Amino acid sequence: MFDSVLVANRGEIAVRVIRTVQRLGMRAVAVHSVADSGAMHVRLADQAVEIGPADPAQSYRDIDRVLAAARDTRAQAVHPGYGFLSENPAFARAVTAAGLTWVGPTPESIEAMGDKVAARNLMSDAGVPVAPGSRTAVVDLDAAVAEAAVVGYPLMVKASAGGGGIGMTVVADEAALRAAFDGARTRAERVFGSPAILLERFVPAARHVEVQLLGLADGRVVALGERDCSVQRRHQKVAEETPSPGVDDRLRSRMLAAALRAGEAIGYRGAGTVEFLVDVQGDSDFFFLEMNTRLQVEHPVTELVTGLDLVEEQLRIAGGQPPTFGAVPPVTRGHALELRVCAEDPRRFIPSPGPIRVWEQPSGEGIRVDAGYAAGDTVSQYYDSLMAKLCIWAPDRETALRRAAEAVEAFVIEGPKTNLPFFTELLADPGFARGSYDTGLIDRMRA
Amino acid sequence: MAVEIRAEMVSNVWKVVVAEGDEVQDGDTLVILESMKMEIPVLAESAGRVTQLAVSEGDVIQEGDLIALIG
Repeated sequence: MFDSVLVANRGEIAVRVIRTVQRLGMRAVAVHSVADSGAMHVRLADQAVEIGPADPAQSYRDIDRVLAAARDTRAQAVHPGYGFLSENPAFARAVTAAGLTWVGPTPESIEAMGDKVAARNLMSDAGVPVAPGSRTAVVDLDAAVAEAAVVGYPLMVKASAGGGGIGMTVVADEAALRAAFDGARTRAERVFGSPAILLERFVPAARHVEVQLLGLADGRVVALGERDCSVQRRHQKVAEETPSPGVDDRLRSRMLAAALRAGEAIGYRGAGTVEFLVDVQGDSDFFFLEMNTRLQVEHPVTELVTGLDLVEEQLRIAGGQPPTFGAVPPVTRGHALELRVCAEDPRRFIPSPGPIRVWEQPSGEGIRVDAGYAAGDTVSQYYDSLMAKLCIWAPDRETALRRAAEAVEAFVIEGPKTNLPFFTELLADPGFARGSYDTGLIDRMRA
Repeated sequence: MAVEIRAEMVSNVWKVVVAEGDEVQDGDTLVILESMKMEIPVLAESAGRVTQLAVSEGDVIQEGDLIALIG
């Protein structure tokens, strides 16, 4: 496909992409900040370029510096991973304009899904169910109060340019909306560069279930099953599994069909994920949340049940080649879990950066660890707290949970505090073990 | 007796909410730190007056560093 691929990322995802690039016989080029000069992705790459200081705005998020590194190393393609520049349409355009191959969807697809209000309207028009919400973004309080009266409380206040659950607030009534609106607008402006706010009806008991899509080089879009991502703290996922224990065959086929409609509506190309909320108190209605136009953190669970390497499929699509499978994607087999091992306090989930003294990761049947760190590395406060993804496959869910508990026990990290003790608690939680949980699970465990 | 408020982790000081001399209540936000892409509010653990504020916005602070004294 290509001789060389520049990986515009760091941590576990850069390591994971580099491994596939190298397995396919291509040269992997890493970029890194000063803080990451000895990082695992740098050690593993065939070539590495320092692109700036620790602050991501001046390194991993700096389009010009990343492109200069690609030019200097004569890389032929750019894989963005997730986060950083992965959903930046200007970056996608700049990569293509520089004569390189962009391993991702078109900038038009990124834009169509990047504005949450526009994306909801687009999906609604394509026949994909959306929760009641504002059809236009609101920027001032009076408009928000008027709009909220139409949509109905309780409401989720979200950044229209946002995503990934960052900076969302639930408000129960008008007084709460008035109290929260200014902060939400300021945060949206600071984090996402736009103060525009989306108001969306809050679904109190919901599962977060998403569908993995691949838009193939020949224009077809295929669905590779779902992932349940309902185990969340602060609206951030910490554990995922597939198949979802809360989705039966009938709901699954409806959700996969809706996700395909979403992908086809924008002519999607590459790996992408359509996120839905499933209302568990109603009659399992589901609503479009957002589409992530990139590889997801939790993609390994899909790989474990399909046998595919999604990074390889991304590279093939970018190179205009057919997928590794034939007319239909592989049938899923068994059950897979992912636990996000983070440098954080296991009770309150407060970050805990610092040097890693001991790192002993589990191995064995059905165990896969995607790590970005090892003993001797330092977890920096400049980047997110994800150190590794502990992934488990087994023929059935019960065996997967048992293997997961053993693997968590066998994972030893000393230095930063980690959330491994939380996973021991999670796997022993009766609600989680039964599979009958929703996004309120962690709050109930901590109540 | 003054109560020392110290940093729990390496972080950047994103926002300073109070000023020296302010009266605060138990649970009031004093400063907001940022570490690992997360905002972490630092709260007063008792009512009193901010007698010293040891950080400014943009500072990088280490675990154990003094943030404020509440008298």
